Amino acid sequence: MQSRGSTKWHPRGSQILVCVCCTAAAFADPAPPLSPTNIFAPASTPAKSIFGLSLFVLAVTGAIFLIVFTLLLYSVVKFRKRKSDDGREPPQVYGSNQVELAWTIIPILIVLALFMATARVIASVQKQARLDNAIEVVAIGHQFWWEYRYPGFGVVTANELHVPVSDSHHPTPTFIKLLSADTDHSFWVPRLAGKTDLIPNHPNSMWIDPHEAGVYLGQCAQYCGTQHAKMLLRVYVQPRADFDRWIQGQRQSATESSAASQGQRIFETTSCIKCHTVAGTVANGHFGPDLTHLMSRETIAAGAAKNTPENLRQWILNPDAIKPGSLMPAMQLSDQDLDALTAYLGTLR
Amino acid sequence: MSTESMAWPSTTAESRPFIDQLHEWATTVDHKRLGILYIVYALVFLVIGGIEATVIRIQLIRPHNNFVSPQVFNRMFTMHGTTMIFFVVMPVLFGFANYLIPLMIGARDMAFPRLNAFSFWMTAFGGLLLYFSLVGANGLYGAGNAPDVGWFAYAPLTSQTFSLGHSTDFWTLALLVSGFGSIGTAINIVATILCLRCPGMTLAKMPLFAWLNLVMAGLVILAVSPLTAAQIRSLAEQLALHDVCLHEYFHRLLRSIDIGAISTPEKIQTADWPA
Repeated sequence: MQSRGSTKWHPRGSQILVCVCCTAAAFADPAPPLSPTNIFAPASTPAKSIFGLSLFVLAVTGAIFLIVFTLLLYSVVKFRKRKSDDGREPPQVYGSNQVELAWTIIPILIVLALFMATARVIASVQKQARLDNAIEVVAIGHQFWWEYRYPGFGVVTANELHVPVSDSHHPTPTFIKLLSADTDHSFWVPRLAGKTDLIPNHPNSMWIDPHEAGVYLGQCAQYCGTQHAKMLLRVYVQPRADFDRWIQGQRQSATESSAASQGQRIFETTSCIKCHTVAGTVANGHFGPDLTHLMSRETIAAGAAKNTPENLRQWILNPDAIKPGSLMPAMQLSDQDLDALTAYLGTLR
Repeated sequence: MSTESMAWPSTTAESRPFIDQLHEWATTVDHKRLGILYIVYALVFLVIGGIEATVIRIQLIRPHNNFVSPQVFNRMFTMHGTTMIFFVVMPVLFGFANYLIPLMIGARDMAFPRLNAFSFWMTAFGGLLLYFSLVGANGLYGAGNAPDVGWFAYAPLTSQTFSLGHSTDFWTLALLVSGFGSIGTAINIVATILCLRCPGMTLAKMPLFAWLNLVMAGLVILAVSPLTAAQIRSLAEQLALHDVCLHEYFHRLLRSIDIGAISTPEKIQTADWPA
């Protein structure tokens, strides 16, 4: 910086070069893979409508910003203090009906346009008619996991939602009815739809029609207690054939395996069965996730940990180590019992 | 008359004992003093709320960080939000309004000076009550029971089923107390602006800042009154005063404010769900 007391900063050539190089370096990496929660890459019609609306709002507000900022810059530069100023006040002009009307009416019109656009998107998302071949899912929010039921297929599962891909020519959307077992939650998978709350005693509904297969991540978006942050969503969008195969697998009861019967005995004599369900056994509890096909999921504890035998063992030993504040109690099992139990759970495909 | 019998104690500011100066600040109804009190109060709580924000930021600086436990983190963002809105921003606005509006409209003081003082002290004690929760009332979480239900404190998370201990009670009562203060100041501002303008100052000639505060005070009255009503409802639920007809009515009326949905455990029936 100059030391002569001038208050204007004239950037030197070297400083400009540094700025340009840094900017270029920031864009020099190859494009990173699309984030699974990227709100700028909608993959389903509700998300696309919202994205389109957001671009419209950005354009309008961007235009306003440019106009206002240009005027501001112009005034600041043109009417800056010069050495020839004698400190007189400019004429004090008070009021101007045209200007005041203009800067009242034009913003009202802009607000009206934004309001109409938003209302249109909201109506199109919320008033979507149900199609006959739509998949029906009931999502029930618990502290701190998601229960999914497919009434049409007789499937009950937890934490990982599977839906078929929807082709724009032959759409097979998924309509999700949202209920809650305890507190407020919110279903938010950014690439598929906006947030919709799960409120006790107040069913809500939403729909998605994902256009691309893949895994879409999301999370609970309404603070629901200690482990709200680890109540994650995983939506697996599969081709129809894969989805049907998954449904068939989920409808089976648990296969009895003699090799893991000691683990099953522990499962059924400890209070596991009070909270968890394993179809085809005496386990018929509803407070915790359905474990009939536990091994078909990639994660446990609503996305808090990968579904590996070590994590599973750690989870049963002490859930608070993975998800402090989760509602599953530590079962105080011995090491042999834990190994047997983990082996048994490993057979629940 | 002899001067000795008429000797008044000296009343210059420097010579008065400190305790008298303190007493004067504590009992003042002067709008400028109350404005200063509001702003100093808000600055103190700005620092405290800022510390809570720093704790949040440190916890979030890395994934899977464990600078604080989830329970403490939940208390941090609850207290940060509640403090910043109710004990920093609102007192600052009221402080500036109190100080500047009578000067701008040519009034001698606010319309209700003693209500003004009462409102300030209500707000102040509401804040102290909220922070007393950190040290008082042993709950199941151990010593101290700061609210951890979010600064918006939706039911049913705040009900006894899901929030053990008294954290919600502290939140509700602190905001109830400070809410009465806010409503009092807002009424005061509206009355001052509408009634105490100097002759010749029509509303159209009023400074813009006074207009801003008129609208702000109106909004505070409109917003804090239902909040207070909802908090009384929340308190009633904490005390398990269930009233069946009121339940349904308030369920619809207040659902969007700070009670999401009143849900009692016996109403949750998993067997009714489809499939």
